[in-house]
Order: sequence, then structure tokens, then C-alpha cells
Amino acid sequence: MNELKTMSEQAPDSPERRRFVGAAAAVAGLAVVPGVMLYEVADARPEEQPASSAVRWGMLVDATRCASGCDDCVSACSTENGWTPVAQSAHPRQAPQWIRKLQLEDPLTQAQINLPMLCQHCAEPPCVDVCPTGASFKRADGIVLVNRHTCIGCRYCMMACPYKARSLVHEPLNDTQKPDVPRGMGCVEACTFCVQKVDRGDGTTACAEACAAAGHNAILFGDLNDPESEISKRLRELPTKQVRADLKLNLGVRYHGI
Amino acid sequence: MKSLLALGAVVLTTAALAWAGADAQPKAGGAPKPVITKAAKGEHCVEDTAYMRRNHMKLLNVHRDRTVLQGVRTKKHSLKACIDCHASEATGSVASAKEDFCVSCHSYAAVKIDCFDCHSTKPQSAAATTLPHAHPASAAAHVEELAGVSQ
Amino acid sequence: MASITFREVEGSSLKYWLLFGALGLFVLFGALAWNHMHHYGHVVTGMDNQIVWGLPHVFAVFLIVAASGALNVASIASVFNKPMYKPLAPLSAILSLALLAGGLLVLVLDLGRSDRLIVAMTNFNLKSMFTWNVFLYSGFFALVGIYLWTMLDRSVKSWTKAAGTAAFLWRLTLTTGTGSLFGFLVARELYGTGLLAPMFIIMSFAYGLAIFLMVLAAAYAWTGRPLGDAVMLRLKTLLAVFVAAVLYFVAVHHLTNLYFTKAHAVEAFILRDGGAITSLFWIGQVLIGCVIPLVILLTALGRQRSWLMIACALVILGGIAQMYVTIIGAQAYPLDMFPGFKASSSYFDGEIHAYTPSTPELFLGLGGVAVALLMTAFAVKVLRLLPVSLDDATVAKLDQH
Repeated sequence: MNELKTMSEQAPDSPERRRFVGAAAAVAGLAVVPGVMLYEVADARPEEQPASSAVRWGMLVDATRCASGCDDCVSACSTENGWTPVAQSAHPRQAPQWIRKLQLEDPLTQAQINLPMLCQHCAEPPCVDVCPTGASFKRADGIVLVNRHTCIGCRYCMMACPYKARSLVHEPLNDTQKPDVPRGMGCVEACTFCVQKVDRGDGTTACAEACAAAGHNAILFGDLNDPESEISKRLRELPTKQVRADLKLNLGVRYHGI
Repeated sequence: MKSLLALGAVVLTTAALAWAGADAQPKAGGAPKPVITKAAKGEHCVEDTAYMRRNHMKLLNVHRDRTVLQGVRTKKHSLKACIDCHASEATGSVASAKEDFCVSCHSYAAVKIDCFDCHSTKPQSAAATTLPHAHPASAAAHVEELAGVSQ
Repeated sequence: MASITFREVEGSSLKYWLLFGALGLFVLFGALAWNHMHHYGHVVTGMDNQIVWGLPHVFAVFLIVAASGALNVASIASVFNKPMYKPLAPLSAILSLALLAGGLLVLVLDLGRSDRLIVAMTNFNLKSMFTWNVFLYSGFFALVGIYLWTMLDRSVKSWTKAAGTAAFLWRLTLTTGTGSLFGFLVARELYGTGLLAPMFIIMSFAYGLAIFLMVLAAAYAWTGRPLGDAVMLRLKTLLAVFVAAVLYFVAVHHLTNLYFTKAHAVEAFILRDGGAITSLFWIGQVLIGCVIPLVILLTALGRQRSWLMIACALVILGGIAQMYVTIIGAQAYPLDMFPGFKASSSYFDGEIHAYTPSTPELFLGLGGVAVALLMTAFAVKVLRLLPVSLDDATVAKLDQH
């Protein structure tokens, strides 16, 4: 690790360096999730190239592996994206939550299911349909985002989202934002699939990394359009469902075990 | 009658303004000039200083749209790169104290800055040190942080 | 028509300035409330990430719906050629403009970034009902403005019918748009039905007429101008029809839901278990908003001016209750993402969401009402909108034409 650190510190900002870091990340990830990380690096694109519709980012959540009481994905998201964890908020009902652990119980059988709930990155997102200014938008690679420069805080998207995935920032943030993750009072926000990491070429999200690091491997992130990607292979083998599939929104997040 | 009144009002207003202006004139030299600190890092800006003073928002807006909508994250003309270079050595920020780079000029020109309602005023590394360490178990993130990736 | 003289109200009495001052005070309170919310953020309101639209939306949508309804009297006169209503048309038009302005102001000042109104005016997503509403509101101002002009300026009087018809068609579209703001939402159990569009139209008829009648009676009583029963009693009957139609639509909406098992839970929440929401539905919306006014309007009581005013006030209160149930009630019921499962989370999934409106929200809403009334009070002072007399003899002459 130390060796890696010195080498990359010497490297100037360049595509080579980006790739190098990506590879380093992959090597580091290899120890935890063999195979997964190494593959995703191939999805890295040069920084001057726009996101392409050849890629569709998606997520596979294996609810059978999601541990009850574990919220590592939630804290990793909060750390990566700079939102205050709800437990530390003075106003929990008004605090933003980009990802949350959902506990489900069948009242008849008492069977329990745990899963992380987040923006489902629909192919046909209702939030994008209803947004009056076009601030809610879907990027070419399928990531649904809010352009905070044009968001007026009308919250119509929050009314329209069937997954309660969005939050309004209710309080001033006082310069606590992460440089990579601008957020602001009066604007709506949600999970971005760690778009800053995706653009960097990490090929994964903070929640997926944290879940792997905790040894659960319940979250797999990758390119749904690439038939050879790890996520596509797993999706072929594993029966999965979309939440509220009846709405036919074609979700980017698929769940196994629900 | 009405037009006479209006004319009177215009004449009076003009006279009052001229008088006030004449009075204020000698003091005008006393308005504090903005403190423009040289960027901590780097030799020169990505564009000429004169050009930047006038057009930085045009460049930032174009780059902003490319970044937000298309995910193009080149450094040149990006707000993050501006902040990386121009953050004050004292505060580590471009807009947290009166003399910080952005605030200094903008308060002189009386132009409100909207950027920092949402954007961090600090460079990546500085911001990282003020917050608790990223997920400790995340090996990949750890490497990047050590490597100081600032993309 | 020649027998009708329109004249500005004097507007110099102490009573007028007291009214003006009182309304101005509420506008000021509204402005202070907005400033407070804008400065500290929505954290100072009762709204949260569960109840995202609160009391300001209740007021705003109510005013916008009532605005298009207030134009009704003018439409009856110009579009359907009822000369009896012609003297009332200018007030009807100005009231509808004022109510819309008040409602929009509340809507806009409740935005998370109300400073960015210019963004909303320059960036459009044509698939959004909100965007269409922006166009519909602007068009409404323009068309009703032109309509009012044709009524006030003799040189363009021949255009009154055309302008009135255009404004009438536009207001139907506008309220369809307002209803569709909710009707076009797939996520919430109580929305997502085309029924909301006609329901909002009929609601607008009732609320708008009730407000119109109160403003008309107040204006004539306070200026000492004669207002005969002939006009009022005709409009009274019309109001009864509209209120009955609202009740009919509410019944159909809930009966439809009650037929489908999947909507039983949400209906049980609104109709039986919802606490404040249930009370507001039965006592506010149904009893105060529909049943009692119907009793008053359809019995001999309604022939008395004071009872008629009470009925109008009840329709207005019931309308606000109905908006509250429609907007807050639908959000209070949790989204059913996993049918058949009981959900729980740190984000309050699976729970009924409580909502307590805060003082700033209330004053922001009341500020919108005050703006609408202040505009009307000012307009009748500077424009010739009100006939000098509407006594029965004057009105009877009109009807013979």
C-alpha cells in the first residue's frame, strides 16, 4: 500500500494516472471481492468524453445477503456524499436520506426481509416527467440526477417518485459539502449512483464497496448493457424483481429475494 | 398639471442626485479596493487575468453544463480547479473570509455569489481533512484518498 | 345595457382605509413569513421529506381553483348571453385575476428556491404538468385582461363575446391543468385518476361563486349601494347546484376506491382511521362544505341575505378542508412499495405521516388571500367595475332584453 501511495503521488494529473488509480483500486478491491472490481475498470472512460448511452449503470441487490441491523451502506453513502446521518440530525423528519435500510415483514408468516432502498434510476423516471424546469434529468448512461442549477425546490418530483427516494435539503449546509458533491438548501436531491466515482472510473459505488467490505456482498454495481459484465451475468442467473414492477418504469436497481 | 408635477419631480431628483454625487466624490477614493491574493498553487491562470475577470462566469457556466449533464469532468474551467488554486492559505477556502479570493472581488463589485450555496469553498484535500475518514473498510476508496485523487 | 351605470367606489371612508390597512397588514405578515422561510429554509415549517407540500399549497391551490371559478358569472353573461349577469361581469373578471395572483404568489414563495423564479420562467420541460400550468396561468392573465378591457372600453365592446368565450374555454383548461397536477401522479394512492380534472372544475365553480357572492355583497353593503334579491337568489340556486355536484364527485371518487380492494387501506385511512384528516373530511369537507350549505341554500333560510353569506363562508371553509384532505391526506398515507408487507425504516416508511402546520406557513397562505382581496379592493376604487345600483327594478329591466 505504501508503495502505491508514493507512486501515485508522483504522478501528475493525467489519463495515465487516472487509469493507474483505477487499477490500484481494482487491485485493492480484489482482496475483498475477487473478480468484481477488476472487471469494472474496463468501463472507465476518458475525462473529456461524455457519458454514453452504450452504458447503462445498474445495481443488483441480493436481499438474502443483506444483514439485519447492518447499515454500512448507509453510512458509507453519507460519508462519500456528505449528508448528515439521520441519527445525528436535529430534525430527523426533515433530514435527507439518500439510501435507507428497509425492514419488511410479512404479517401472515412473519418472514423478514432486509434491503437498502435508494433511487431506482428508472429508465422512465416519473421525477423527470414532472419536473417543470428540466432540472430532474436522466444522463445518457441511465443515472437519474438533479441539476441543482435549475432546481427551484418545487418538490413535485418528490410527489411523483413511487420510491420516496428523494429529499429536500431543509437547512443551510454552511460549507459542509464535499467538493465532489455539491448540495444546497432548497434543492431536491437523491442517490446519484456515486456519479463522481463513476466518472472517475471507479466502476462502483460507496454503498457497494461498504457492503463488500463488510463481507455481505449484497450490492453489485455495474453496466447492465454489457452482457459480459459481472452484474449482467449475475442477473441472468439470479431471479430478480423490480420494486413496483406494475408501474413499468424499467428500473436500474434489481432486487433478489423479495 | 400632472405633467408639470412630473417635470418638477424629475428636475428635483436630478438635482438631488447631482448634489449627492458632488458631495460623495472626494470620498470615493477611499472605497477599499479588493485584496487579490495570488493563487497559492500554479504559475498562471488557465486564461489571461483580464479575460478571466470579465468572463469567468461564462466559462464556468459552459463547463458546468458539460459536467452536470454529460459527466465531462475536465479540469480546465472547472470550478473545482479554480478553488484548488485560489483557496486562501489562511482559511483554506475561496469564500469563507472577507479577503478570500472570490468574496473579495465580489463584495467590491457588489455581485452576489450563488456558487457556494451548494459548492464547497475548499479544495478536495482540505475538505477531506476536516471530515471524518471515509469508510475505513473500503480499501479502494482508501487508496484513492491516499493518492490524493482530486477528480 | 344603457340603463346600467358603472362607477368607482369612493374609497375615502375610514372603513375603506381600515379594510385596506387590515389586508395590508396580512400581506406584510405574509412577506415576513416568506422571509423567515427563505432565510432559514423549510426546516422552520411543518413540512418535511414525508409531507412535502403543506399548508401553503392548500391555500395556493384553493385560490387558483377559486380564481377560475370566480370568472363564472362573467362567462354566463358573455358566453351564454344572460343579460342579467352582465353588470356583474367586470367584478367577476377582476376577482378571478386577483385570486389567481394571490394563489400563484403563495405557490411561488413556497418554493425551496423562490429566488429562482426566473429559472422557472426560462427553462421548460413540456412533459411536466407544472410547465403547462405556467403557460395556462400566463394565458389566463392575458385573456381575462383582454376580456376586462373589452368590457371597460366602449371602443372595443364588440369583442366582449369573443374575448369572454376565449377566457371561458381557457379557464376550463386551466382548472383541468390544476386537477391534473395531482391526477397525473402515479405514485400516490389517492391521485392518478382523470376524475380529478372534472372534479377540480366543479370545485372551482362552487368556491369561485361563493367567494364572488361574499365579495359582491360586502362591496354593496359597505358602499351603501342597493343590491336586490333577484340577482342574489339566482346565484344562490346556482351555488346549490355546484355544491351538490362537488358532493357527487367526492362520492364517486371514494366509491370507486372502495370497490377496489387495493385501495381499501388508504380509504380506511381517509374515511375512518385518519384522525385529523378523517375529521376534516367528514366534518370539514362533507358537513361544513357541502351538507349544511345545501340545507341552507335549498330551504327558505337561503332567501335571507345573512344565511346566504353563512352558506358561502361554509363552502369556502369546506373547500379549504377539501384541499387539505386532498393534498395533505394523500401524502400522509405511506407509499405502498411492497404490497403485502409491513415496512419500516429510518425514513418513516410504512408509517402514517403526521403534519402540523407552522405559523409562517399559515401566514404565508393568509398573505395570499390578503393579496387577492387587496387587489380587488384597490381595483374597484380605481376602475369602473361596480354598477351604481343592482336593485331589483334595474335588474328586471335587463332581463327583458
